[in-house]
Amino acid sequence: MSDTIKLQYTVSTDDFTRAGEASGDVKRKLKKMGSAPEVVRKVAIAMYEGEINMVIHANGGTIDVEITPEEILMVLQDSGPGIADVEKAMQAGYSTAPDRVRALGFGAGMGLPNMKQYSDEMEIETTIGVGTKVTMKVFQT
Amino acid sequence: MNEKFFTSVNLDADLCKGCINCIKRCPTQAIRVRNGKAEITNEFCIDCGECIRICPHHAKLPSYDKLEVLKDYEYTVALPAPALYGQFNNLDDVNIVLTALKRVGFDDVYEVSGAAELVSELSREYVHNHPELHPIISTACPSVTRLIRVRFPNLIEHLLPIKPPVELAAELARERAVKKTGLPPEKIGIIFLSPCPSKVTAMKSPLGTEKSNIDAVCAIKDIYTRLLPEMKAVADDPEELRISGKIGISWGTSGGEASGLLVENYLAADGIENVIRVLEDLEDEKLDNLEFIELNSCNGGCVGGVLTVENPYLAMVKLKRLRKYMTVAKSHVEGVVAEEDAYWTEEVTYEPVFKLGTDMKDSIARMARVEELCEHFPGLDCGSCGAPTCKALAEDIVRGKAREHDCIHVLKKYIHHLSDEFSKLDGE
Repeated sequence: MSDTIKLQYTVSTDDFTRAGEASGDVKRKLKKMGSAPEVVRKVAIAMYEGEINMVIHANGGTIDVEITPEEILMVLQDSGPGIADVEKAMQAGYSTAPDRVRALGFGAGMGLPNMKQYSDEMEIETTIGVGTKVTMKVFQT
Repeated sequence: MNEKFFTSVNLDADLCKGCINCIKRCPTQAIRVRNGKAEITNEFCIDCGECIRICPHHAKLPSYDKLEVLKDYEYTVALPAPALYGQFNNLDDVNIVLTALKRVGFDDVYEVSGAAELVSELSREYVHNHPELHPIISTACPSVTRLIRVRFPNLIEHLLPIKPPVELAAELARERAVKKTGLPPEKIGIIFLSPCPSKVTAMKSPLGTEKSNIDAVCAIKDIYTRLLPEMKAVADDPEELRISGKIGISWGTSGGEASGLLVENYLAADGIENVIRVLEDLEDEKLDNLEFIELNSCNGGCVGGVLTVENPYLAMVKLKRLRKYMTVAKSHVEGVVAEEDAYWTEEVTYEPVFKLGTDMKDSIARMARVEELCEHFPGLDCGSCGAPTCKALAEDIVRGKAREHDCIHVLKKYIHHLSDEFSKLDGE
């Protein structure tokens, strides 16, 4: 039997009410697999922030998740506008979210900083006009 | 005896038709129909009472004590829940209910709402002193505490570690009765008049306390009919027995406990599905700047319990009217209860009852199998297999509690396949 479980999620376009479905599903699965509560929490928050980002900035995308006894690997890929200044985007409070999104309570500029904080490893590959790929890892122990 | 997992819901197997109503309604997917009858997995059950509400055949029975239990004790004290007062029309004085309780056969009464005011006072201090644990989550509803214990391990530290009002009331009532009568404590019966069977579980298998001081839990709906004539008889000249004011009485409805804390940033949610949504969001840190969260499993709060008579929303109106001219609070901590006696003595710890495997490797393999099985199933969540969803059936299969052919759609396909094979044989 395999030691890995692979999951794939599609993040829908511009639908805030559905953002969180993917991270919620992973959260429930991790609990059923007996991951430590703290690990579940980190994955749930990091992935939810990623999901919201994809809805706000990139017209959705896909998330691939791989769970092994050692780690949870999340790959978030979109074909959005790309991030012009990654360093700036990583600063707490910096946001390029449009007003209509802020009106809903999002766009506080905590998305990427939270993803960084709650994941153990994070890597961003982005090309303007092509899209962004964020890879996050959370270790099981 | 403190059983770790107990359920206050019993099944009348003769009445159960094996339909899918309860399995679909259960918020923790604790019920399966097996061999034509509904079965509860105690570890998953949180005593919310939803299955009792939904069962069209009245096969789900809440367990509670009959009023005859009074005979088992030399001296009895009634602990009326504030929800009781919301059951009566035009009630303008709680003393009428309390005096009537004595005429029904209790030797004394101790209002749970009185103890609730003590809990409010202590909670105010706790919430104020522990900003690092905000939001503090109410632990008065045993179903909510049970739910958090099995499903939200990250939220356990937020639980308010103070005994629920009924438990504190039971302790204080016994103390008072011993003093008054000189009887040994075990000869005194402390009897809770409850809106819900969840309190039966809280009595038999308490969380936060080693052993409950409650001796029996009777239903509001049972005492209701006994009280009506007695209330009429004492209406003009009731004894002065009440020990609570607005704050205590408010605990009977959703938002009452939270408003008694006199903090601004609180949330109060009622109805088990709403409660779960709040807990999920709280776990994902989507709820900011809250000091306190009150959660009640029943719609409307305790007035919505399955052992009540009145429509919960009408009961809310009645309680509101009743408390309108009351003093804010009548019971106070000082001199009544030592602070340390009101706090939990036992820790509540995470019980990962929904875990699929023995270790992570095993769990991953089983989860992979669940995903694989779900691909085979039609995804109708029809419940015909006895599990509430296709996914739940898949999990049952990997737990060794069901088979693939329990899915009637898989079975149908299999039978078609067999008949094709037979007809081929026939042709040969």
